[in-house]
Amino acid sequence: MIRRFFGRRDEVLFRSATGVFALLVIAGVIAIGVALYRESMLSIREFGFQFWQTDVWDPVAGEFGAKPFIWGTLYSSILALLISTPIALGIAVYVSELCPPALRRTLVFLTELLAAIPSIVYGLWGIFVLVPFVRQIEVATPEWMKVIPLFSGPPLGVGMLSAALILAIMVIPFSSAVAREVLRSVPQAQREGAYALGATRWEAIRMALFYARTGIVGAVMLGFGRALGETMAVTMVIGNNPQVTWSLYAPQYTMAAVLANEFAEASGDLYLHALVEIGLVLFILTLIVNVISRMFIWSMAAQRPRVFRRSALKAAA
Amino acid sequence: MNRNRWRRALSGTILVLCGASVVVALVPLAFILFYVVSQGIASLNVAFFTQLPKPVGEPGGGMANAILGSLVVTGLAAVLAIPIGIMSGIYAAEYTGTRLASSVRFAADTLNGVPSIVIGVFVYTIAVLPLGRFSALAGGIALGIMMIPLIMRTTEELLRLVPSTLREGALALGATRGRAVFTVVVPAALPGILTGILLALARIAGETAPLLFTALNNRFWSTDITQPISTLTVQVFTYATGPYAEWHQQAWAGALVLVTLVLICSLLARIATARMERLQRGS
Repeated sequence: MIRRFFGRRDEVLFRSATGVFALLVIAGVIAIGVALYRESMLSIREFGFQFWQTDVWDPVAGEFGAKPFIWGTLYSSILALLISTPIALGIAVYVSELCPPALRRTLVFLTELLAAIPSIVYGLWGIFVLVPFVRQIEVATPEWMKVIPLFSGPPLGVGMLSAALILAIMVIPFSSAVAREVLRSVPQAQREGAYALGATRWEAIRMALFYARTGIVGAVMLGFGRALGETMAVTMVIGNNPQVTWSLYAPQYTMAAVLANEFAEASGDLYLHALVEIGLVLFILTLIVNVISRMFIWSMAAQRPRVFRRSALKAAA
Repeated sequence: MNRNRWRRALSGTILVLCGASVVVALVPLAFILFYVVSQGIASLNVAFFTQLPKPVGEPGGGMANAILGSLVVTGLAAVLAIPIGIMSGIYAAEYTGTRLASSVRFAADTLNGVPSIVIGVFVYTIAVLPLGRFSALAGGIALGIMMIPLIMRTTEELLRLVPSTLREGALALGATRGRAVFTVVVPAALPGILTGILLALARIAGETAPLLFTALNNRFWSTDITQPISTLTVQVFTYATGPYAEWHQQAWAGALVLVTLVLICSLLARIATARMERLQRGS
C-alpha cells in the first residue's frame, strides 16, 4: 500500500516535472505574441490600419508609414520563390528519381551545407561578390529594356534584384529537402503503372509530381516563410530605401531589414512602438504561412506510412 | 511516330534541366566557399584570435573579444535551452498521445518558424527594456529561445527510436517511470541527443539578427553578462557594412571562422549519425 503510494507519487512527480517544461515552451510562444502586441499599442492606437497604407517613413518628423516595408518583404520573397521553386523541384527530382545512389548522399550533404551557412556570410558574399556582378548586368541592360518599369532606374547593384537572388539561393535547400521527402513517399506502383502504359521517364515523374502536389505546395510555402523572415543577407544587399516600386533595380527595404537597422537606435516611444508593430505583423505573417505549409505537408503525410511522416516532418523542421 | 520522338525529346530535355538545376544550386555554394576561404585566409593570423580591434586607420588588430563574446552568449543560450529542450522533448516522447504533447510539438514548430529578428524584438521587450540596457544575458536568452525547438525535436525523435524492450526491461525490474527514462532510455539515446545539441549550437552561433539589439556590441574585453558584449557575427556585420578596406578584410576572416565552425560541426554530426546507423543495423 505504502509502496504503491510512493510509486504513484513518483509517476506524478515525473510527469509534472517534464510537463512544466513543456508548458514553458507553449507559454513562451504565447508570450511572444502578447509582448509584441503590448509594446506596439501606442502605434496601433495612433495610426490604426493607416500604418500599412502610407508610404512616408520619417522618424524625425514623427511620420510612420510601413507600406514600403511590407511591399519589399512580399515582393522580394515572391521573386525569390519564382526563381527558387523550379530549381528546388529540379534538385528534388534529380536526387530522388534520377541520380545514382552513390551520389545521392553527397548531394544531400551539399544542399544541407547550403542551408547551414550563416546568413551573415551570405550577406558578406552578397555585398562584395553578388552586388558588383548584378551591377554589371544592370549596366549592360540595353536601352529598349529600360523602358519597361521592371528594369528602370540607375544601375546601383544594391536593390531588389540582388535581394531576390540571394534569398533564392538561401531558400532552395529548404524547399528542395521537403520536396525530396515528399517525392520519395510516392508509391513505386504509381511510376510502374505509368511505365507500363508506355510513359516516358518524364511522364512517369510528372505523374509522381502530380500525386505529391499537396506536399510540394507545402514545401514551397515553407520556403516562403523562410524568405519572409530572412534578415541579415537581405539587409546587406537590398539598399535600404523605403519606396514602393516595381523596379528590380531600385533599392528597397523589408520589414526585417528596418528592424535590423533602426531598432537599436530608435528614440522615443512612438518610434519604438512603430518598429515593434512591424515585428508583430512579421510574426503573424510567418505564423500563418508556416501553419498553412505544415497543414499541406501533414495532409500529404497522413496518407503515408509512419516512416515517411517522420522524415518529411524532420525535413520541414 | 513523330509524336513519340517529340515525347522522348521532351523527356530528355527536362531530365537534363533537372540535372542542370543541381549545378545551378551548387555554383553559388562553390563561389561562397571559394571567396570566404581565399579572402579569409589572407587576413587570418594569430592577431585575429588574440588582439582587440584596432582604432580606425591602424592596421592589424583582431576579434579576440568578439570570439570570447560569442562563446559567452552561446554558452548562456545552452544553459537556458538544454534543460528546457530535453525535458519538454522527454514529455513529448513519453506522453505522445496527450493534448499537451501535441500542443508543445505545435509550439516548437511555431517557434522554429519565427524569424530570428522577431525573437530579437521579443527579447528586447522582456530583457532590455526592464533592465534599461543591452546585455550579454539578453543575447543569450534570444539565442536560447531559438535553440529550444531544435533540441526538443531531436530529443523526442531519438527517444522514440530507443527500442521499447529496453524501457520495458527497466519497468519489469521495478523501476519507476522517471527512473526508467533517466537511467535507461535517455542514456541509450544520449549520443544522438549530444549530436543534436552540437548542431543546434553551430546553427545559433552563426545567428546575427537576434543579437543586434540585445547583446549589441562592445569594443573591449567583457565577460560581464549584464553589460553589452561583442560577438563574432555582429562584428562581421559592422565591419562588412563599414567603409574601410581593413574592416572588410577582418570581416572575411570572421566569416571564414564561422564557416569552418559550421563545416566541422556538420561533418562531426554526419560521422556520428553514420556510426549510429551502423550500430543499429549491427545489433
